[in-house]
Amino acid sequence: MGLTMTETILEMRDITKTFPGVKALQNVNLDVRRAEIHAIVGENGAGKSTLMKVLSGVYPHGSYDGQIVFEGAECHFRSIRDSEHKGIVIIHQELALVPLLSIAENIFLGNERATAGVVDWDETRAAAAEVLKKVGLSEDPDTLITNIGVGKQQLVEIAKALSKQVKLLILDEPTASLSEKDSEALLNLLLEFKSQGISCILISHKLNEVSKVSDRITVIRDGRTIETMNKDQISEDRIITSMVGRSLEDRYPARSPKIGEVVFEVKNWSVYHPQHRDRQVIKNIDINIKKGEVVGIAGLMGSGRTEFAMSLFGRSYGQKITGEVRLHGQPVDTSTVEKAVATGIAYATEDRKTYGLNLIDHIKHNTTIANLVGVSRWGVIDDLREMDVANDYRKKTNIRSSSVYQTTGNLSGGNQQKVVLSKWLFANPELLILDEPTRGIDVGAKYEIYTIISQLAAQGKAILVISSEMPELLGITDRLYVMNEGRIVGEMPTMEASQEKIMRTIVRAEGKAS
Amino acid sequence: MTTETMPQGSTPPASGAAKSSIWSALQANIRDYGLLLVLILIMVFFQFVTNGVLFKPLNLTNIILQNSYIIVMALGMLLVIVAGHIDLSVGSVSGFIGALAAMLMIGWNFPPELAFLANPIVAGIICLAVGTLVGFAQGYLIAYYRIPSFIVTLAGMLIFKGLSLAILAGKSVGPFPPEFQLLSAGFIPDLFGPISLPLGGAQPVNLHTTTLVIGVVAVLTMILMAARSRSRRSARGYETEPVGLFVAKNIVIGGLILFFTYMLASYKGLPNVLVVMGVLIGVFVFLTKRLTFGRRIYAMGGNLKAAALSGIKTERLTFYIFGIMGALAALAGMIYAARLNSATPKAGQGLELDVIAAVFIGGASALGGVGQVAGAVIGAFIMGVMNNGMSIMGINIDLQQMIKGVVLLAAVFFDLYNKNKA
Ligand SMILES: Nc1ncnc2c1ncn2[C@@H]1O[C@H](COP(=O)(O)OP(=O)(O)OP(=O)(O)O)[C@@H](O)[C@H]1O
Ligand SMILES: [Mg+2]
Repeated sequence: MGLTMTETILEMRDITKTFPGVKALQNVNLDVRRAEIHAIVGENGAGKSTLMKVLSGVYPHGSYDGQIVFEGAECHFRSIRDSEHKGIVIIHQELALVPLLSIAENIFLGNERATAGVVDWDETRAAAAEVLKKVGLSEDPDTLITNIGVGKQQLVEIAKALSKQVKLLILDEPTASLSEKDSEALLNLLLEFKSQGISCILISHKLNEVSKVSDRITVIRDGRTIETMNKDQISEDRIITSMVGRSLEDRYPARSPKIGEVVFEVKNWSVYHPQHRDRQVIKNIDINIKKGEVVGIAGLMGSGRTEFAMSLFGRSYGQKITGEVRLHGQPVDTSTVEKAVATGIAYATEDRKTYGLNLIDHIKHNTTIANLVGVSRWGVIDDLREMDVANDYRKKTNIRSSSVYQTTGNLSGGNQQKVVLSKWLFANPELLILDEPTRGIDVGAKYEIYTIISQLAAQGKAILVISSEMPELLGITDRLYVMNEGRIVGEMPTMEASQEKIMRTIVRAEGKAS
Repeated sequence: MTTETMPQGSTPPASGAAKSSIWSALQANIRDYGLLLVLILIMVFFQFVTNGVLFKPLNLTNIILQNSYIIVMALGMLLVIVAGHIDLSVGSVSGFIGALAAMLMIGWNFPPELAFLANPIVAGIICLAVGTLVGFAQGYLIAYYRIPSFIVTLAGMLIFKGLSLAILAGKSVGPFPPEFQLLSAGFIPDLFGPISLPLGGAQPVNLHTTTLVIGVVAVLTMILMAARSRSRRSARGYETEPVGLFVAKNIVIGGLILFFTYMLASYKGLPNVLVVMGVLIGVFVFLTKRLTFGRRIYAMGGNLKAAALSGIKTERLTFYIFGIMGALAALAGMIYAARLNSATPKAGQGLELDVIAAVFIGGASALGGVGQVAGAVIGAFIMGVMNNGMSIMGINIDLQQMIKGVVLLAAVFFDLYNKNKA
């Protein structure tokens, strides 16, 4: 085995890819060995996803320059199918499952177990169950995708890849929306695949994970390869320096909070599931946020944090909502999004593609859409003022794009997230609810976003942060609520909090519930 | 017509940026310019094959009159389609309104105390109001009960087809009072009296002076506004389109307008309906480009959920859009009836297809969120000129239909091809 460990399975040579106005990749080189986990890291918009799309045939041969050599043979992929034939399977940044089909149907979508066009369902189910076992998912193959969480959906994607006899598995930010537990399970799975001789390319902004599992790491910056590190060279600091081009002193900006009176209060808030009338999702929540305070809600995936936030924000989630919202001590009506925005509440979504952006329109229009009043008079938009605003926020949130006229659908994932943030920053709310504000965002940009949050708090805004990254919550908040199964089960000043303490609170609550 | 063009990326790649900036600006706007170019090519083509009949002043005036009601409805349909909906009922609704107008003014014998209802102006207002209500009613079902617009308006199409038949009792009703006919058959009065140009021919050409004045003023206004917006942009340091392109664009569009003005002036001048149309087009360009109302429609069509979560009242917006569509269908119905000078049970049937085709040829997306007023108007003219040209050539109606179908397909194909390439 010793020899095969260093056998090169993939070589990408001098890959150059241009989009109108942008050189996304410039002479990028990458080599991947058999049975290795090879990480690719780089800032938002560095070109990581583009490189993988070139490799997997999403951008067909001829639309880029350079060579791809896989298992010793030069490849000219014209579509994803071509690359899959060779055993290269990509799982995109945004999952590509059909929500209303079952797990089994999704696994074999486009690759159906059929004779003469007639699907053999028994065989499909059996084969699905088999690959599901390999990824450690004990779900009925007939369950619909909508009914399982993101973590499990991610595993289904991997099961789908396995069903295709994969030799090189590409995962583009697979853990971005996974809980720590699910992420760990997934990474262990990759290690398991490695022992079976499967190679993996892993793209991630979670540098701790990357440094834990990777054998080698290639850093891309501004569309160029900077370096490839071997296992013994890997350290988070080194990765960051190489990624950003300078070293980052701190991960979180220093803060000196000036906390004032209570700005925002929620009392006895209850919400029922939008489809199942008697399933209570949010149970009698009381929280408050003070002027200049950054409050976090910690909790596991599925604890109801997003549902809580969306139900507050114009009843965008759930039904039979009861409870009271007070702003500066006055009860306010937040029953529609419009009223919520008018009273000064903003909610920046965790799901930018579905709820955050108009992907066919450009940055400028997306930035101002939640606050058109701010760039218009008597309903007439002042184009120049709008330009100023869009450029201003593009600079503030450091969006990497050719101009404010770049279509948001063409932005890299992290940069899309920054547009969502810009939009709500420009709405200038009293209370800003940020749901996973740094999902898919690189370390450097994270720091910038934390700085913005800090500045907003210093201006006297109230900020509520929902995040699954506990270090982030511990790094930027002043006070924490812990949520579990739709209930607030704990509250603590961040100074006294730690990951263990939060986990203990959750475990204790689960013990009580059962 | 002002076509706002997007300034190009403010930080284009360093390599060869300068030399290709005109070309890249052209490419970025290929849809806008391409469509106009196609219209011009089609006109030149038919001018050639009809031995110069197409560009006769009389025929040009006719083309405008024949297509005015399509364009009026295409403006509303653009909003509907951009919002992510469709309205199949507009043809029938316009027919129904034409019938209603005829019955109000001619068919129904009102008792003396209600005789004012037969007054063309009162009747016109009633018709507009009824059309708007019809639009609101359909919009209400679509917006608040979430019944797909395809179904609601399909039902509307059947209902109003039937209603026109019913209120006309299956007969044609006409002719209309002369005041009402003016809507389609009238021309603006010449305030200054005609001027004659001895153009070498046996007879001097008499020109409608007021028409000329309006045309020249319109072109000057357009150029001044474009120049002002351009200089304000560059004053703030924003990239503008290259000077060459800017000048060329204005010369071409201004030249076209002046050419048509001259042609119209050498016949009877500006048709009333063209004035109505011009004002409406201006209003809709402003609405879609500058008003928050318009911006919200694009946002809603682009991503309904994201728009709702940005505080846009998507239901109410949809409701209004269909109200506007209803009003425009009513106006179109009256123009159509005034042009035929009678209301017939079959009037308006199938018009919805021409209207929808015009909007799609004009570059709107069936998925919503994309489409321009200028495109829809040019799309309508492309269809109109083809209809007119093929009729002059004496091409059979069946072949005409097929050719139009192919053109629609080609336009959408070209559009998608362009998008995929980018
Ligand atoms: N279809 C497209 N048209 C124009 N530009 C594009 C297109 N796709 C990507 N780009 C640009 O290419 C660059 C690289 O994007 P890419 O998605 O590869 O970044 P990334 O490294 O994956 O970033 P992230 O970490 O944010 O996901 C970005 O500047 C992006 O705006
Ligand atoms: Mg990416």
